[in-house]
Amino acid sequence: MSEQSRDRAAATLGMWLFLFTEILLFGGLFVLYAVYRRRYPLEFHAASGLLNLPIGAANTVILLTSSLAVVLALAAIRRGSGRQSLLWLWATVGLGALFLVNKLFEWQEKFSHHLYPNSPELLARPEGDSVFFSLYFFMTGLHASHVLIGLALILVVMQRIRQGRIDRERHTLLFNAGLYWHLVDVIWIYLFPLFYLIS
Amino acid sequence: MGAEGEKSIAGYIAVWAGLLGLTAMTIGGSRLDLGYLNVVVALLIATLKATLVCLFFMHLKDEGRGLQLMVLATLTILALIVGFCFFDVAVRYQ
Repeated sequence: MSEQSRDRAAATLGMWLFLFTEILLFGGLFVLYAVYRRRYPLEFHAASGLLNLPIGAANTVILLTSSLAVVLALAAIRRGSGRQSLLWLWATVGLGALFLVNKLFEWQEKFSHHLYPNSPELLARPEGDSVFFSLYFFMTGLHASHVLIGLALILVVMQRIRQGRIDRERHTLLFNAGLYWHLVDVIWIYLFPLFYLIS
Repeated sequence: MGAEGEKSIAGYIAVWAGLLGLTAMTIGGSRLDLGYLNVVVALLIATLKATLVCLFFMHLKDEGRGLQLMVLATLTILALIVGFCFFDVAVRYQ
């Protein structure tokens, strides 16, 4: 193993170790979700029906497509084309922003129906409804904040590509930013059926 | 771009198409009434999607055996934590 590929392997390992802590962070919340869904199955089913399935499904497609764009950006830089890589990263940033805009509309709709944690409307409903929406806002909110961080990271990567500090030989930062972005995608892959599709 | 590069790009697009297909399957599957199996099917499909993302988009299939085993161990521990907590509350408080 050359020195450079050893460096790359260490950086990748470090990034995965960080991702493990992220997995545990969301894992704890999935434990809460499992316990409460078991306790309030009917309320979870009814409350899930109040979520906007078309927006949730659209956001799933958007995130999956943004992941594809990151992978293609990495493939482009490995071919030595920084320009194409930047184009794919622009697509990622656009899709990520679109995801957040959709999320914003979705939350706004919930707020306008007085469905937010501790709202008088929810407190008057069965306890299970209140628990469902608390989990929904916290988990999708934490996820959305990860999308925001991922977007910032990708903008930094794009700046470095423009400066020539990320290129064919040195693209570890792009690789690791991609790992982060894909993990955020994986978390959404679980959030989507668990919140929007409770039958 | 060499033939190798074109091949891997076609592969990525195939994985993406597979992910979209599985998403459609999840939505379709949730319309069927399978009782408690609904959530099992949803989780199985989600795990299949997550595996595709990890192997191809996160390039785990190209990584060394050591890293692959670490990821597998972490996910196994996570499944144990979530699974056992769930079974505990499911069986203890009837």
